Amino acid sequence: MKEKSKPRAELTKKNTINLALWTGAWLVTMAISSFGSLFLWEGNSLLSGLAILLNFLVGIGMILANIKHLKGLDELQRKIQLEAMGIALGLAVVAGLAYSSLDQTNLISYNAEISHLVILIGITYFAGVLIGTSRYR
Amino acid sequence: MKNKIKILRAEHELTQQQLAEKVDVSRQTINAIEKGKFDPSLPLAFKISKLFNMSIEEIFQNE
Repeated sequence: MKEKSKPRAELTKKNTINLALWTGAWLVTMAISSFGSLFLWEGNSLLSGLAILLNFLVGIGMILANIKHLKGLDELQRKIQLEAMGIALGLAVVAGLAYSSLDQTNLISYNAEISHLVILIGITYFAGVLIGTSRYR
Repeated sequence: MKNKIKILRAEHELTQQQLAEKVDVSRQTINAIEKGKFDPSLPLAFKISKLFNMSIEEIFQNE
């Protein structure tokens, strides 16, 4: 049976669960702020503003949870995360601006949406972590 | 960077997991160091050398 590295493994597990909970909460508040004004409180600016504020504050909590998660990792795990984030950020800037240019010059028939960029960042980051993990295995 | 961690670990009858726990890193990190895929930081190299009661130069050699 596989043994567990108690202090490091437990800390990482705890921080990962904490980050997942904050990310889940952020997604829920994002959905509430996006769809609430359409389906729950049509046209109520005060409720829309409060929902956006809540989403922003939970987002700050998620960022702090991510920092805590990174600080709890060991040096190799942190290196893998850093490389994945660097690639994701670089691609986001390059692809994001190229995508925006395509929209501005009307080379694409639809509007460049920020959500497409977020999906690209997510996929790139996830792939970066997987490749990094397999590289140091 | 080459190192003698695998040999020292065997001499001290330690698994990768046990060594990882003693120097507070993950087992994957010990495995990557042993295979020469990852060079440890100076603090981690000091921790490992202290654990085996050797100098850093005796454990790690520049290729």
